[in-house]
Amino acid sequence: MELILDIVVSSIISGSIYALLAIGFSLVFGVARIVNIAHTAFYMVAAYCIYYVTRKTGCHPGWAMIAAVALVTLLGMLCYQLFVKPIREKEGAVLIATIALAMAMQEAMVIQFTGTYLTMPALVKGYFAVLGVKIFYQQLLTFCAALVILFLLWALLMKTRLGSAIRSTAQDREVANLMGINEARVALWTVGISVGLAALTGAIVVPLTVLDPHMWMHPLIMMMAVVVLGGLGSLKGSFIAAFILGFVESLVVFLIPMGSYLKNSAALTVMIVVLLIRPEGLFGISFEEER
Amino acid sequence: MMRHFRIYFRKLFVVFRNEILVLPSRVVVLLFFLLLLLLPLFAGDPYLLRILTLTSIFAILAASWDLLSGFTGQMNFGHALFFGVGAYTAALVNLHLHIPPWGSIPIGAVGAVLAGLVIGIPCLRLRGTYLALTTLAFPIILMGIIFALSDFTGGEKGISGHASLAGSRVGDYYVAVVAMLGLCTIMWKITDSNTGIILHAIREDELAVRASGINTTRYKLLAFCLSGFFAGVSGGLYAHFMRMAGPSTLDVSMSFQIVIWSMFGGVMTIYGPVGAVFIIVPLLEFFRFWQELRMLMFAGVVLLILLYMPDGLFRWLRDKIEKTCPRCKLRNIATRHTCRVCNAPLD
Repeated sequence: MELILDIVVSSIISGSIYALLAIGFSLVFGVARIVNIAHTAFYMVAAYCIYYVTRKTGCHPGWAMIAAVALVTLLGMLCYQLFVKPIREKEGAVLIATIALAMAMQEAMVIQFTGTYLTMPALVKGYFAVLGVKIFYQQLLTFCAALVILFLLWALLMKTRLGSAIRSTAQDREVANLMGINEARVALWTVGISVGLAALTGAIVVPLTVLDPHMWMHPLIMMMAVVVLGGLGSLKGSFIAAFILGFVESLVVFLIPMGSYLKNSAALTVMIVVLLIRPEGLFGISFEEER
Repeated sequence: MMRHFRIYFRKLFVVFRNEILVLPSRVVVLLFFLLLLLLPLFAGDPYLLRILTLTSIFAILAASWDLLSGFTGQMNFGHALFFGVGAYTAALVNLHLHIPPWGSIPIGAVGAVLAGLVIGIPCLRLRGTYLALTTLAFPIILMGIIFALSDFTGGEKGISGHASLAGSRVGDYYVAVVAMLGLCTIMWKITDSNTGIILHAIREDELAVRASGINTTRYKLLAFCLSGFFAGVSGGLYAHFMRMAGPSTLDVSMSFQIVIWSMFGGVMTIYGPVGAVFIIVPLLEFFRFWQELRMLMFAGVVLLILLYMPDGLFRWLRDKIEKTCPRCKLRNIATRHTCRVCNAPLD
């Protein structure tokens, strides 16, 4: 029983993190057709930013989080304008531009903070016990924050003018352009929202994880698996797939000996098996063939 | 007999003068071949030879990626799988069955071909970004299995203790360089052949190829297997040269590295990725003394080069020194005003 609860708690936490990352990645892919490998690198930079600000100024981590999210969002939009936008028509060039960006950020962090593992204290201390399983308040906070962020994003996409512009650009770029939507500006805003989401994820994850400059690799892999499993461009799909993969991951870690080695393998195998049955993912809308 | 020989020789000379010397890019390729083959005669520095050996091995890898992802358009983000399977298979076969490198490397390549089949079959129905993101998964899955079976595979430390490639630095160098030149020429010939044209057509418009009665599924699988074969050879060479086959061969960063090399040089060329590897790998080695800054600089250089030459460095260079004749589509040196064959004016 305790084991089951442990698995549920850890899968909910990792699932909500993957969901946030994957939805940001999906958004920017849908609108601008950019496969942003650097997405989780922004998440890493945000986490380091929070660490740095709290250490340097000694202010409350909450303020540091707000500053970090704002800074990283700006950084993301700047990188997009400078390096990605001029070559957006070349799919391959964009791809390695984002890989190079991710590498640059990783190396910058290595230079600034060296490769050592760093930790942050939890925002709220203490825990409560359910059936003998410790649930830290921090975990609860992270989960609630993830839900709130997802709700706000949903409201933004569904209820505002910018949201409908984003959705229509994702559906059909040319027609959206013909209808008077400034496609370039929508793309820039979407990049901002997407990177902002990555930064927020970094912010809510920071008290639960260990910081090192390579911490973006694992979420990147899981995020891509989530996106493919849920169907590219489907936000609902990403949300559900994130929890499925998070659950598989925790199941393997808790139940199988050597599980921590096999957690990636198991989650990715699930993804491939689903793809064999449904090549467009669980909720994928098969895009019209772009010829 | 002597006359035959002379006629043949003269023909060769005419071909040499009229087909190779007229185009600067071909002269450069010729000089590249000669330089690589003659280098150990006047530069015996073991460090230099070691770097160039490694570079040649990676050049095969980058070119094999280009064959699959450049020419056939099957974006492969998990190319390290073939490399790793080749390396591990060659090392294990050599260690346990005592087959010398000239046998174990082809066996490693066959292993990589099988890996190509295994990932090719589920990936046939996917395309574009789906394919790229799915292929990323396979080396990671294999890496997990390798860590879990650490008794057999050595886990984190990898396999070591198998035979070295040729025994001496110069021997290693020649094996790797000759393999690289030979295999890359074969790959280039493949892309120029009938099969290569079909592969290229699949990239451009798969539906149209299928409509012309070509079984695209079979050709895509063929591309996976061919690319897997060449990458497996390079993996086997790597395992025997480094005397080590570790999980780093399957790393995500390895896969990304391959993509960067190829895109940097220019895809759909074969010579582009090879050239890019010969620029990037030695330069990164050279800047080793700047350990912290060199990767940052490398990323910056890649970003800048992309802004100005999104088609890749070597494409850009080639377009600077050569022009295509508008009438007969043959290439001419940029200094000419009329085409060397049909005399049409070049602009």
